[in-house]
Amino acid sequence: MAQGLKKTALHAAHRRAGAKMVEFAGWEMPVQYSGVIDEHVAVRSRAGLFDVSHMGEIEVRGPGALEFCQRISANDVARMNVSQAQYNLLLHENGGVVDDVIFYRLDAERFLVCVNASNNEKDFSWMRQQAGADVEVDNVSASYAQLALQGPLAEKILQPLTGLALDELKAFHFQFAGVATVRCLVSRTGYTGENGFELYCDVDAAEELWRRLLNAGAHDGLVPAGLGARDTLRLEMGYPLYGHELDDTTTPLEAGLDWVVKFSKPAFIGRSILVRQKAEGAPRRLTALELVEPGIARSGYGLYRNDRLIGRVTSGTKSPTLGKAIALGYLSREAAASSDDIDVDIRGRKTRAKIVTLPFVRR
Amino acid sequence: MDFPEGLRYSKEHEWVLVEGNSATIGITEFAQEELGDVVYVELPEVGEKIVKDDPFGAVESVKAVSDIYAPVSGTVLEINDVLPDSPETINDDPYGDGWMIRVEMNDKDDLKDLMSAEEYAEYVEQQKDDEDEDEDDEREDEEEEEDDDDDKDK
Repeated sequence: MAQGLKKTALHAAHRRAGAKMVEFAGWEMPVQYSGVIDEHVAVRSRAGLFDVSHMGEIEVRGPGALEFCQRISANDVARMNVSQAQYNLLLHENGGVVDDVIFYRLDAERFLVCVNASNNEKDFSWMRQQAGADVEVDNVSASYAQLALQGPLAEKILQPLTGLALDELKAFHFQFAGVATVRCLVSRTGYTGENGFELYCDVDAAEELWRRLLNAGAHDGLVPAGLGARDTLRLEMGYPLYGHELDDTTTPLEAGLDWVVKFSKPAFIGRSILVRQKAEGAPRRLTALELVEPGIARSGYGLYRNDRLIGRVTSGTKSPTLGKAIALGYLSREAAASSDDIDVDIRGRKTRAKIVTLPFVRR
Repeated sequence: MDFPEGLRYSKEHEWVLVEGNSATIGITEFAQEELGDVVYVELPEVGEKIVKDDPFGAVESVKAVSDIYAPVSGTVLEINDVLPDSPETINDDPYGDGWMIRVEMNDKDDLKDLMSAEEYAEYVEQQKDDEDEDEDDEREDEEEEEDDDDDKDK
């Protein structure tokens, strides 16, 4: 299994900690340490530390940088001040999503784009294709490591390690600061629904930072957390995962990400398709489900009403916080217009589920 | 790791407790550790027939579904009704409170194919050795890479 997989700077540390490792997007990553549910509960009640260094970073700079970023994405990048972060979607001509990303405005003409590990090469090559002579696009993933510290105690744990006044750092904003003497981009962002921070640092400093954070937080019950918990946490919030709720064929409107699309901004790739979809209604709709009969819905299972196939599950699990089976799935426009219960085909058994609103878990 | 003496074991990591003609079945400590947190168990109904080596149910972790294979053929007499509400019992007590079903065996000869505690312990060691070998290979690769990096700095 190990041959050919990429490893983050923390790979040896994960193995020493007894992490169970799995392959993810060509990387060997920790899926769990003490247990998925344990780690999930830790993040919701105390804090967890994730190694997310497999994610990619692409730098965009030059006099044409802002115009370029606006053209290739759905959200309004011009609204970003320096030191602000923004959730955004890169779009195809047909309105489908290339990737969901976070933009960081480093300067008037410099942006850092954090991309999904699974889309690193795709995003970079597509951005290079779209770029004109007045913008430089650089894949700087190899120089960055990234850690995510998430949970109600995250700020309490982080503050003693940095001179940055964290109570002044607003959500979706970032600053450069020393953390345990390691220079980091510290942003108040995350994928868990909890308060928390994402720390970008030099690859060579990652192990030291990881160790110092775990030591600093031990006393408050900080634990390392893996991809298993990362997935159950984001699913409880209803956050999409590229490759499940989002792919090259799904539009932001189908995925319930209408709020990301700023039609008021100047022309952007995919705009005309989305304008039409907004007027006519999207052909399918991402829907949140809670099972009311025993069973767990899994990605790919069929969704039915009156024995007619009306859609498919994109993600599902048993929510550690709710103790219930929850799922996200696409329903046809017609089917989505009704809030009647549906049936999930769980390995041949039709299992009743009700439609609910997001998030599954309110924070 | 625990390998209770009085049980018989299958290659698919199920255990069997034989009492007269009845067989109580569950999954082993090794199996529950490999699975991680169990969040759901699918069991047959009382009265159903299970067939040796065919799946009779499923055990689900957060991420995935794993079939459970019948170590013997028989008819289901009893199922553990603690499991629907508390599937994590399988993690906490795989050989005791985490039992899954009790069946009336068709043919006690089915037991011949199962392993003793010693044989199963060896079998598990084998599985772990194979995992460790992969890890050792990886560690060697990592150390080689580090040596190469050191050389580059010179």
